[in-house]
Amino acid sequence: MDLEKFFQNQNKKKQVKILTCGSVDDGKSTLLGRLLYDSQNVFVDQMDQAKIESEKYGTQGKDIDLALLIDGLQAEREQGITIDVAYRFFETSKCKFIVADTPGHEQYTRNMATGASNSDVAIILIDAQKGVLEQTKRHSFIVNLLGIQHVVVAINKMDLVNYDEHIFNIIIAEYKELIKNFNFISTKYIPLSALKGDNVFSNFENTKWYSGPSLIETLENIQIEEEGMNDAFSMPVQWVNRSSSDFRGYAGTITSGKISKGDVITTSSLNSQTSIKSIYGPNGELDEAFINQAVTLTLQDELDISRGDIILRQDNNKIIKVDQFAAHLVWMDQDAMLPERNYIFRFNNSFINGQITDLVHSININSYEEIATKKLNLNDIAYCKIALNKMHSIAPYKDNHQLGSFVIIDPYNNKTIGAGMIDHALRRSTNISWHEMSINKETRSKLNVQQPCVIWFTGLSGSGKSTIANILEQKLHTMNKRTYLLDGDNVRHGLNKDLGFTDTDRVENIRRVAEVSKLMLDAGLITLVSFISPFRSERKMARDLLEEGEFFEVFVSTPLEECEKRDPKGLYKKARSGELKNFTGIDSTYEIPENADLVLDTKTNNAEELADQIINFLESKKII
Amino acid sequence: MNLTHLEKLETESIHIIREVASEFENPVMLYSIGKDSAVMLHLALKAFAPSKLPFKLLHVDTTWKFREMITFRDEIAKEYNLDLLVHINEEGVKNNIGPITHGSKLHTDVMKTQALKQALDKYKFDAAFGGARRDEEKSRAKERVFSFRDQQHHWDPKNQRPELWNLYNTKIAKGENVRVFPLSNWTEIDVWQYIYQEKINIVPLYFAKERTVIKRDDLLLMVDDKRLDVKEHEKIENRMVRFRTLGCYPLTGAIESTATTVEEIIIELLESKNSEREGRAIDKDQIGSMEKKKQEGYF
Repeated sequence: MDLEKFFQNQNKKKQVKILTCGSVDDGKSTLLGRLLYDSQNVFVDQMDQAKIESEKYGTQGKDIDLALLIDGLQAEREQGITIDVAYRFFETSKCKFIVADTPGHEQYTRNMATGASNSDVAIILIDAQKGVLEQTKRHSFIVNLLGIQHVVVAINKMDLVNYDEHIFNIIIAEYKELIKNFNFISTKYIPLSALKGDNVFSNFENTKWYSGPSLIETLENIQIEEEGMNDAFSMPVQWVNRSSSDFRGYAGTITSGKISKGDVITTSSLNSQTSIKSIYGPNGELDEAFINQAVTLTLQDELDISRGDIILRQDNNKIIKVDQFAAHLVWMDQDAMLPERNYIFRFNNSFINGQITDLVHSININSYEEIATKKLNLNDIAYCKIALNKMHSIAPYKDNHQLGSFVIIDPYNNKTIGAGMIDHALRRSTNISWHEMSINKETRSKLNVQQPCVIWFTGLSGSGKSTIANILEQKLHTMNKRTYLLDGDNVRHGLNKDLGFTDTDRVENIRRVAEVSKLMLDAGLITLVSFISPFRSERKMARDLLEEGEFFEVFVSTPLEECEKRDPKGLYKKARSGELKNFTGIDSTYEIPENADLVLDTKTNNAEELADQIINFLESKKII
Repeated sequence: MNLTHLEKLETESIHIIREVASEFENPVMLYSIGKDSAVMLHLALKAFAPSKLPFKLLHVDTTWKFREMITFRDEIAKEYNLDLLVHINEEGVKNNIGPITHGSKLHTDVMKTQALKQALDKYKFDAAFGGARRDEEKSRAKERVFSFRDQQHHWDPKNQRPELWNLYNTKIAKGENVRVFPLSNWTEIDVWQYIYQEKINIVPLYFAKERTVIKRDDLLLMVDDKRLDVKEHEKIENRMVRFRTLGCYPLTGAIESTATTVEEIIIELLESKNSEREGRAIDKDQIGSMEKKKQEGYF
């Protein structure tokens, strides 16, 4: 065996990343098992194990169930389904394939979007017996949404329809109609039997009427363009390399175009320019580097550049710096997305807090209809407007997948809860900038001779929040402290009178109050906020708006039964009778604080004593 | 200008390694001394050149590794001026836990899984690189690149974070950690080709040599020291053998081979009919055993 030749050939092999889309019954695992088996990428011991498992779990009688080469986790083998995204590897004489295998059932949207985000080609499986189904529509929609440009429609189980050409043609016609508004560059159709192996690698005996290539030949011959090669250079700074006082390099992976020694560059956060002094690739110094290469750049002049910045060529007009943009979202969490809630947006090299300000519409992925909606549930897809808390450089997803994509993280539990693709920048806010006033919080508090803070009371309706807050304010007043009490009921009569009691409105209610309390704090006041504020996320959002030591969460801990017994406004009675909807504790959740600064027990102490507890607490914190 | 398959893998791995250095406070690279660790270390050195690695290396020593592995480990640490930590589960040593007396399952759990958790807790590492690849085993195929572990180091296969593009979620709470797998998308042949092209040093045990072995339960075990309880009926013989994977010597089967260079290993591999985990006793305990170990905190 000539190893040099072997390596030359290996290095010529294209890397092709494939997404397979199909449901439990479409024979997807069987097709993958077939691809691995026929391309001789299965070892004897793996085959032996599949034999053992076939006897235990197999669905093919005495034959080896090729799907068992694929199904990974024990739980799902026993159920006979795949439950997550799994990656498979096989190669042919021309290509190295990396396959993202995703299930077609319940969690399809979340899992498919995940697999699609890193794929060049999608194989869409259609059961020849069933034709184009609702699931075919949603699979195709997600593939298009995630920007995959090459689709191979594998019309499977042809053996069960007697390899009927007519059926094959009907399915093609239906599918063409389905995708007429999509942006696929190539769409290929192949009649298959994964189970029997027809047309996967070869064996066209049963479909003599079909003159096209096999599935594997089709996959090998797809021309995948390196997008962004001809765009102006950009590279997000991932890590700053300071190996010694005279070496300062900027490490990152190039996201568009190419760069040569001597090229003039700027950055997303500076107005100044400099030029490239040297370029280091994985194997040492280079004269030039291209998109997708991981490099370290050194510059002629020392500029203030850090992670989060993007080094780019001055004439790069596809990358725009904004704090608002429109995007498509895929929601991936059990907890619904609520507009105005605070989330972390993870971009290429930065994590920025922000909110989804407008939910323009969601999209029914079975009918492609646009629907007006107030919140997003797991697996929903929507078009939204997003506002970030600071300026950030972005590009539309269609121009640059790296700079046009983001994931959403829940700041409360750090879960990945959504993903997005930027459609376009919204420039409306660029004319409003923050004015630095000469009189500020510090100068005002000096004049007031007090340390301003926000004391945030949270608890069920009737727990005693307002009573305690009222007594506390009187006590502070007699101590000559300047205060203001924001009360839930009172604010709802004015500022928030347009809001109701749905989860979405409750989030907005608290957001406004948090912003107002921040202004009050800025004015130098000790601000008392008495709101049910049922959700942890919004209480955290309020806390995050302020500096460390300015926000104190006081949990007025009164059990539901006790509040209901007191029922000072008769609201629980109404809620129980169904007269009042979305009442906290009854048919709307109250999330108990896990890290309150102070917990007040109204069963052991009266309101007066509890107000004194707060005074003691404020003294210990040197607020008063 | 298209990158080759290996160049793409190299770039992806470097990106992942740099991301960890940027986002975590106290990362560590698990160094198991095997070929995958050698490749991972090589990529890390490239990612940060000309700087030193911005994190330490950790070897969890079960005290049953081949002697040649330990020698090689110390040489590499010296050659590249690495900050290498070695952790041994002293509790296990005190109780004389070993693969021969206690079986592979208990030994691996105490000396490897528990030892790893001890070390992560002791040094408060918030991210740990591992050299595992998705093509190694079916339960690995579903593993994320950034794999979240709770405070007890448990892996929950049903509750993994979705991972899109290369936008890894690096956010964790105090006491939690992630395992990071920069070689996720490499296959065994990719690893060997890279070792060949980059001339990466690997433990001599991978190369065929006359070694003293016995045959036990279909595995060819090397008599690495006196602790191997050679039974009367077992014949000690010298055979030309090498290892496809490395672990604890009484649990790792050798294969008969004449491959004495990386080139010959690759040729042998291309002609081989068995997968690399074949020689590992611990994977065979029962179907789905790797998945169970991972849930408990094994790498």
